[in-house]
Amino acid sequence: MTRPALAATVAFIGLAAAAALLAARTHYTTDLSAFLPRTPSASQRVLIEQLREGPAARLIIAALGGGDAATRAHVSAALAQGLRTDPRFAAVSNGDAPGLQADREFLFRHRYLLSEAVTPQRFTASGLHEAIAGSLAALAAPEGLLLKELFVQDPTGELLAIVDALGPERAPRTNAGVWSSRDGTLALLVLQTRAAGADTDAQQAACEAVRQAFARARDTLPAAQRSALTLRLTGPPVFAVDARVLIKHEVMRLSMLGAVLITVLLLFVYRSLPALLLGLVPVASGALAGIAAVALGFGAVHGITLGFGVTLIGEAVDYSIYLFVQRGPDWRHTVWPTIRLGVLTSIVGFAALLPSDFQGLAQLGLYSIAGLTAAALVTRFVLPHWLPAGFAIRDLRAAGAALQQALARLRTARVLLWGVPLLAGTVLYLHRGALLNHELAALSPVSVPDQEFDERLRADLGAADVRYMVVAPAPTREAALSAAQSLTARLAPLVESGVIGGVEAASRYLPSAATQRARQESLPERAVLEERLRAAVEGLPVSPERLQPFVEAIAAARAAPLLTRADLEGTSFAAVTDALLVQDARGFSALLPVAAVASGDLTEGAVAAVRRVVTAGSESAVLLNLKGETDQLYSSYLAQAIRLSLAGFAAIVVLLGITLRSAARVARVLTPLALAVVAVAGLLVAAGATLTILHLIGMLLIVAVGSNYALFFDRSSAGDDGTPVALTLVSLLVANLATVLAFGVLAFSRVPVLSDLGATVAPGAALALFFCALLSQPPPPAASAGRVA
Amino acid sequence: MSRRAALAAVCVLLANAAAADAPADPTLDELLNLLAARRHGHVTFTEAHEMAMLKEPLQSSGELSYDAPDRLEKRTLKPRPEVLLLEHGVLTMQRGHRQHVVTLADTPQLVPFVESIRATLAGDRAALEHYFTVGCDGNLAHWTLHLVPKEASVARSVQEVRISGERDAIREVEIRQSDGDRSRLTIGPEVTP
Repeated sequence: MTRPALAATVAFIGLAAAAALLAARTHYTTDLSAFLPRTPSASQRVLIEQLREGPAARLIIAALGGGDAATRAHVSAALAQGLRTDPRFAAVSNGDAPGLQADREFLFRHRYLLSEAVTPQRFTASGLHEAIAGSLAALAAPEGLLLKELFVQDPTGELLAIVDALGPERAPRTNAGVWSSRDGTLALLVLQTRAAGADTDAQQAACEAVRQAFARARDTLPAAQRSALTLRLTGPPVFAVDARVLIKHEVMRLSMLGAVLITVLLLFVYRSLPALLLGLVPVASGALAGIAAVALGFGAVHGITLGFGVTLIGEAVDYSIYLFVQRGPDWRHTVWPTIRLGVLTSIVGFAALLPSDFQGLAQLGLYSIAGLTAAALVTRFVLPHWLPAGFAIRDLRAAGAALQQALARLRTARVLLWGVPLLAGTVLYLHRGALLNHELAALSPVSVPDQEFDERLRADLGAADVRYMVVAPAPTREAALSAAQSLTARLAPLVESGVIGGVEAASRYLPSAATQRARQESLPERAVLEERLRAAVEGLPVSPERLQPFVEAIAAARAAPLLTRADLEGTSFAAVTDALLVQDARGFSALLPVAAVASGDLTEGAVAAVRRVVTAGSESAVLLNLKGETDQLYSSYLAQAIRLSLAGFAAIVVLLGITLRSAARVARVLTPLALAVVAVAGLLVAAGATLTILHLIGMLLIVAVGSNYALFFDRSSAGDDGTPVALTLVSLLVANLATVLAFGVLAFSRVPVLSDLGATVAPGAALALFFCALLSQPPPPAASAGRVA
Repeated sequence: MSRRAALAAVCVLLANAAAADAPADPTLDELLNLLAARRHGHVTFTEAHEMAMLKEPLQSSGELSYDAPDRLEKRTLKPRPEVLLLEHGVLTMQRGHRQHVVTLADTPQLVPFVESIRATLAGDRAALEHYFTVGCDGNLAHWTLHLVPKEASVARSVQEVRISGERDAIREVEIRQSDGDRSRLTIGPEVTP
């Protein structure tokens, strides 16, 4: 080995080892972090907090199907019992008695601290009379049966007052004593995990725990009934876990499939195993360098980024194809400069993605830049040294000659190209109102049937997605609770008048200490109470002696310690309170989800009314539209992607202008690429797609990849080198096939992010080459055939 | 049939019943057929709840109206307004501005208080026998139905619903609770439209 060869090899091995080490030690994620902004605004921060930690992100719905209602109820109860002791779950609700019991007991025990009706006036003789008469009327109603046993302890009806204040309950249907779907065919459980929604590992463990508990619960059935019973989980944690599995699976499968297809292609073209193996060296080096760069730059590599890795195979493999097929004695000075310019255009294009707020895109940009640079450098400086002495691939000159003839015929059909912008332009113009997809959901890997199943169960459970939420920041927990309290009090008239369905707040279960103290001080001391009570029951069919338990309860409540978060433990209110009172770096935030009257969205009028109430106060609270905020976030990504793609395109134009020093040549290079982009956009829209951010990035990639083809055609027509044109054509066709294969595989992914990209680039790259060929100039006579080496 | 005509028919029936000699023990079927023939009713009621913890019974009163086959409205006017509406198996309870809607299927414990009356008025033997063990004594002129809840969770709180009446009219509904408390609903005069 020569000295430069040795140096190149040693440097390669050293760098590859370092990159491999980095890649092996980095952290791989598949959560939604890729879709979150890097520098969020204040309201985005709340949104992200909700997406990562919020109650909605921790909610798993378990649906039991099959068997009869009684069997499902039995398993539901057993499953709930098993999970209630599992520390991974903060709350397990299935509507069965043991679950409701703890909640009822909590509300009843602390009724004098929790009831908004507790005021000094209520415990005067006339206040007591009024309250007791009301409770007696309730006793006469059918539901009085349930209240009867509480009456002597709670004759003023505080428990009912609390339950009333919780708003119209949207209790799910019950069937055989447990919650069920509206059609009665599924028993439903609602599980709140303790771990954050963003902690996919923990969520996976939680899902696994549910499945195991289900298997155990099912085993309590007679053997004959077991097999009929099924479990289906849904909810954000389930989706996150499924998405991770799907992404892992797809990335593996697609990379493998792409690699196999390209291997077959190259074997067919080269007819040489060494050429094949050597050809894969730049690709592998590029992938390794890309991962290492992202690991260094972002601290973690997103699974989606690995999926994009396929794109790298698509382009990096081209370099070795150009090397092997167009190899000549002076390769370094004839072919390499064109490849170098092609690599530079790609890098400039990808560099436009680096400043993106959309982390997934920024990672893709860095990954591609590092990967392509590494692949190109290896092709230029390492690979030539490794070619064995007698290295040869199949003789492709005949194929080249055939291609040349085909090319000559193609050029005569050039006029047809006018149809491309016309047709594509017409399609795009007809769909001009709905070209872009502004919903983040468009990128969700969750299938539509799964999303619909989830929505259906949520509607059945009355747990529709929270769209609107009032957020009140405060320095302390106490201040946040008082803010929540005054907000709920001011929003109460809107609930009463039916403008909004209800509002939820942590202060309902954990009032501020000041409020609790005020309520406690409203309770009269024993002697006073006994005297007032005697006056109060005048004319009512109840004797004061009977109400002795009430007197005792008031005496106990006066002396009881104030409620703290710890008292909520064991009830379903603990999880609710934690979800609605969140602590962050700057203090606390009270969250108040606002529900619509019917299922669905708040009307515009209702939103305006709530906003007026919220801004009228001194809490510096804001009304947040979560869905709107999410879509707005995505829309801003989309707008940014358009800006960045255009900037990338502009940078490519500048680069070509500097290098080619001729406006005509730049135009010649760019025209087929622009046509390819327009044609693909037209095809996608005609096929019914609305364009997402990944389609746009795909278009940038068409320009980046296609520029290689255009540059080679430009070079051959300029006749400024001695490369055989025929072999250039072969190498371009092979490189193009490799790219189309790599992206074509991606197009069949079930992960929309990947399939959008594949469906754009695969046809785009093919069209780019085709248009380049159509528009290519015939070589000048001096440089024409016969110069085959 | 107009309301007036229906009323007239009822009066004729009642007069006939009083005039005739006491017939043989009516079968449940006969009684239920008779009840089912009546499509509408609107009466006043008074109700007394006897509870061990109260020193005297709790009195309430209001109006009861029925439209065959499955709409029953109990409108309490005193001491506090309250509406209880059973329609197509859905029970709506309204007191003040508080409204509570449940389905009968979800809340079996409410069956003795409303469905017992509805099913009797409708002559709905299937519904009666679905929820209760049905006993019957007396004759068509003066009959009593004994309804004992079948479902264990209901039977724990309600021992028996005893509905008595004359011909196709209910006169009294007595609900005996397992703890000895009971309520007695007495049908008053017809409310003329």
